[in-house]
Amino acid sequence: MAKTFEEINQRIRKGEAVVLSADEMTELVKSEGAKKAAQKVDVVTTGTFGPMCSSGAFVNFGHSDPPIKMSKVWMNDVPVCADLAAVDAYIGATALSDSEGMLYGGAHVIEDLVDGRWVKLRATAYGTDCYPLREIETWVNRDTVNQAYLFNPRNSYQNYACATNGSDHTIYTYMGVLLPKYGNATYCSAGQLSPLLNDPYYRTIGLGTRIFLGGGEGFVSWQGTQHKPTVERSPGGTPVGPAGALALIGDLKRMDRRFLRGARFHRYGVSLYVGVGIPIPILDEEMAAFTGVADGDIETSVFDYSQPVRARQPLGRVNYGELRKGTIEIDGRNVGCAPLSSYKVAREIAGILKGWIEEGKFLLSAPVEPLPAEGGVLPLEVRSKEGI
Amino acid sequence: MAKRRLVLTFPPEVVERPVVAMLVKDYDIITNILRAEIHEGEIGRMLVELDGQAKRIREAVKHLEELGVEVEDAITDIELDDTECISCGACTAVCLPGALKVEGPGWELELDKQRCILCGLCVDACPLQLITVKF
Repeated sequence: MAKTFEEINQRIRKGEAVVLSADEMTELVKSEGAKKAAQKVDVVTTGTFGPMCSSGAFVNFGHSDPPIKMSKVWMNDVPVCADLAAVDAYIGATALSDSEGMLYGGAHVIEDLVDGRWVKLRATAYGTDCYPLREIETWVNRDTVNQAYLFNPRNSYQNYACATNGSDHTIYTYMGVLLPKYGNATYCSAGQLSPLLNDPYYRTIGLGTRIFLGGGEGFVSWQGTQHKPTVERSPGGTPVGPAGALALIGDLKRMDRRFLRGARFHRYGVSLYVGVGIPIPILDEEMAAFTGVADGDIETSVFDYSQPVRARQPLGRVNYGELRKGTIEIDGRNVGCAPLSSYKVAREIAGILKGWIEEGKFLLSAPVEPLPAEGGVLPLEVRSKEGI
Repeated sequence: MAKRRLVLTFPPEVVERPVVAMLVKDYDIITNILRAEIHEGEIGRMLVELDGQAKRIREAVKHLEELGVEVEDAITDIELDDTECISCGACTAVCLPGALKVEGPGWELELDKQRCILCGLCVDACPLQLITVKF
């Protein structure tokens, strides 16, 4: 018997909704089957907390007196993009500090803002008749700025590669420190807890979906950059590598530093750990089967990150059951593997979201528009003017 | 006489060579293996204390490096700020002796100092810069 979003919301309002985390749903579907699980459960909550480079925040600082049309802007010495209206700016998570380099960047500025700390703002301008001020130096925090909202062009990737290093020297990547001669491997997905792995064909997650973002509420605002639904998939529907992705938006002023942390990957750069949780309505038996997915069913491909090319050939395929146990086989050898995304915090997020829904504080929103179900990504070719 | 504490990292093809015997026999160095994580065919790491003539130790280090062994001075302790730790697990990727672990059911990062060989690789591997070393 199928349910609608509205019927589930009615149950949430009455405090009657049955909500399970994706981990719990996996157990239930395993023991009782998808049909029974669909009858029992209304909502499954997912969670992920990993480094997501394509993140950032828009800020409107408010106007100074006399006013300034900011041209170059720094926050705690990190350059931010201000090529917008006079006092609007975008803090890109991966921007590096002019003075501290890779030790501090845009992601750390965002974390400081969320935490309510004072941030030093410096801006220069060319000066106009209506915006005469050419330079300003002041301090701002979360509460002094007009608006601050997170807008992340690509988050919550649907699966990700497993990285290793076949070269004879250590390499430093966004997948962490990779030791030579397949000395280790890293992976970065919450697996059976990850939002888009529980809704592999984007039946319920789409534009306008209300979500947990950075400790507060947010929304899916668009498909993520490099959203790539047309990929090889395992029998259960989950892709065997990076596939779908989400662009997310939410009010930074209501977020919590516990779920938004600045990070630096040694000799690579700065990134932002973003906490995302998405509720999935169990509309029917198919959604119950999807959310019942287990780590052992979700596969990903292993790549040698020492090959600096666009299209690396996969070395093999592993599943998250093996990855979670800490050892995989590459080239006939046992290789230790480690996560980069926090399973502990991902579970916490799924648990918090479950609590919000059980208490009737968080209603589900049906997508205003679905995510594209087909399509690939375009490469960047080097073209000459004559060749176009 | 001199003493040096070193972390030796062996590439898989060197793991099977009798390197410690070489130190004793050819360089007259008393070699005390404090901790080791060595398996045939895999990258290996060892914390050793070398006791011998300073000149002979320098020569031995040079010889080790020529064999492809990475030689680094050992630190004396590491410290993890676990109040700030998010248990991502990135540090466990470089911890071959398994002193740093994230495992179920709790998936919380745990540091077992008894297993740490003080190589210090986790310091760079921690994305939140929460691990510091003491020399």
